[in-house]
Amino acid sequence: MIPRHFFIAISILLATVLGMSIYAWRMRGRAAVPPAASVSTAPVAAPIAGATERVTLFVAYDDIGVLRAQAAQIPMPSVRQQRAEEVLRALIALYLDKSSPHPLPPGSDIRSVYLVDPGLAVIDVNAALADGHRSGVLAEELTVASLIQTLSTNIPGVLKVKILVEGKQRDTLAGHADLSSFFEVSAISQLTSQLQSTQ
Amino acid sequence: MPSTSGAFTGGDKGCRRTGGVAFGFAILLLFSLSLSAAPEKHLSIYSTVASYSLPIVQRQGRDYIGLLELLEPLGTVSAKSDGSHWRLRYNNVLGEFTVGKTRARVQGRDADISAKFLMENGRGLVPLASLNSLLPRFLGGPANLHEESARLFIGNVATHFTASVASDDPSRLVFQFTAPVNPSVATEPGRLHLTFSHEPVTAPASSTLTFASKVIPAAAYSESNGAAEITVTTNVPLMAGFSNDGRTITLAPAKSQSAATVAQRLAPPAPQGVQGAQSPPNQSSNPRRYFAIVDAGHGGADRGEALSPTLAEKDVTLAFARRLRQELESRGITTLVLRDSDANLSLDDRAFFANTTHAAIYIALHAASSGHGVRVYTALLPYADATADDRGPFRSWPTAQAASIPLSQAAAASVAEALKKSEITIRTLSAPLRPLNNIVTAAIAVEVAPPASDVSVLAAPDYQQLIAGAVANGIGAIRAQLGAAP
Repeated sequence: MIPRHFFIAISILLATVLGMSIYAWRMRGRAAVPPAASVSTAPVAAPIAGATERVTLFVAYDDIGVLRAQAAQIPMPSVRQQRAEEVLRALIALYLDKSSPHPLPPGSDIRSVYLVDPGLAVIDVNAALADGHRSGVLAEELTVASLIQTLSTNIPGVLKVKILVEGKQRDTLAGHADLSSFFEVSAISQLTSQLQSTQ
Repeated sequence: MPSTSGAFTGGDKGCRRTGGVAFGFAILLLFSLSLSAAPEKHLSIYSTVASYSLPIVQRQGRDYIGLLELLEPLGTVSAKSDGSHWRLRYNNVLGEFTVGKTRARVQGRDADISAKFLMENGRGLVPLASLNSLLPRFLGGPANLHEESARLFIGNVATHFTASVASDDPSRLVFQFTAPVNPSVATEPGRLHLTFSHEPVTAPASSTLTFASKVIPAAAYSESNGAAEITVTTNVPLMAGFSNDGRTITLAPAKSQSAATVAQRLAPPAPQGVQGAQSPPNQSSNPRRYFAIVDAGHGGADRGEALSPTLAEKDVTLAFARRLRQELESRGITTLVLRDSDANLSLDDRAFFANTTHAAIYIALHAASSGHGVRVYTALLPYADATADDRGPFRSWPTAQAASIPLSQAAAASVAEALKKSEITIRTLSAPLRPLNNIVTAAIAVEVAPPASDVSVLAAPDYQQLIAGAVANGIGAIRAQLGAAP
């Protein structure tokens, strides 16, 4: 003869086990359902608002290894720092295009541009840009010169530029171009002149 | 019967005992024979202070070497063990090792020694492979380990050589060495072997050399078990003659050798009309000084650009550096290849070694898959007022190149001109490329790209030879301007 209280305890335990099993089965089913669509991790483009302005982008061409000035019409905010970020993002967007003359890795972006008076700008690029960048002296130099010359041409008063990756200093962009020091805008302007010629 | 039986039994036992002893001796004999048959591995160490060899021990399937024994001939060394910790002091440098750990500390900085540190009877054993990274920390200078052949070069001690047939007599092969050598000479049908057991002879640009000679069509360089060997292929018996204080070896058919030169150490004048070889400067006691430093970019874990799935930039730059050295040396320009193995040198180390060598020009080599032809770079300095941070005779590290920029640009222009003459697409640019800005003497970087879209051409000997020859011509053309050759 099974005691009554023992029978009740066993029944409650069995009911609990059954309930937990049903719950676990339902949860498993939910976890196994694949997501409806893959999630893009690419940065979302800033909403286009306000008046557009004509800016000059210094665009790298890998096939002949040159930099060329190219006019573009983009929305420009009024705040100086945001203007700096927008003009560089326009340049990066051009490099991310399918027909890019100087392809950058997917997901490349400008995290931020800090304008530190007097005359110092800090460009903070994301890890995707640096980690996946093609290695080579000229390939890396074209990216560096393109960013700095575009920034200094469109944001007056920038005399020196420092490039960070994910907010931290990095020795080189992809094994060659030195990022450990500041870049004098005047020196980059001379380099740009050299890079505009194929000789 | 019992006694007979007992005597018989005793004899059986004696026989068994004798047989057992004999068997034991046989085993011992076989063991000792097997021991004597296996050649003991040795590491040959070459330095300006001493050249010596040490036994390599096998532990846990790896080659190990006693670190204290290695450093002892080079300076003041002391070691102290405390449990599993082992401290080694070399001159003023302290190294701390822990048994079973793959990391050590040298002067307070971590150093990866690639496998476990071992200690046997108070003797510290480090993996042979760790010497490339460990020794520069202790010695403060470059150390190149040729791991497979067990040869270690400490400092600028390598003896280079060129080989060419005499222009007036294609049957004579002339080797010119940058330091006196004393190889053992052995012959066999169709071959002559020069074995260098005690000299730091290093590989030419290509390990196989071919000559426009029917008598001596080829020679091959190889290294193994602490020695270098040059094997000359020939179809006639050859004799070796030594001259120029042991720096020149002339191989000639036995009949044509004069009695005075055959297999004797003589000092006749160097052969006339020898292509691609000039007498090196006198260096009997002083360490060799170099006019040019050639630095093969990247190395070790830093592979540089992946030029193709099977071709790394570091391998192309090393092959190209060796070829350029041979071209420069053949023009009488003493040359040191800074990275002459698959070693990992930091950019600061490269600049430090280049500056302390006091060479007239530093040439960094890179390779790239993008673009065409060759790019020659000079330093892009980080400051406009580059000399502002100089203090008296001390140069600011980021702008040490400032005073030499005009000379570097002149060298770049000369190299570009020579490349242009060879019909190679050429550009001269400045670049934020370290360590150019840290070098106090003239400094350029040469980035080699393929002539067309085929990247594999970068590894082709013909293409490398074409560019190395042109670069050497450019350096040769500006030699006087770069300064007096050491």
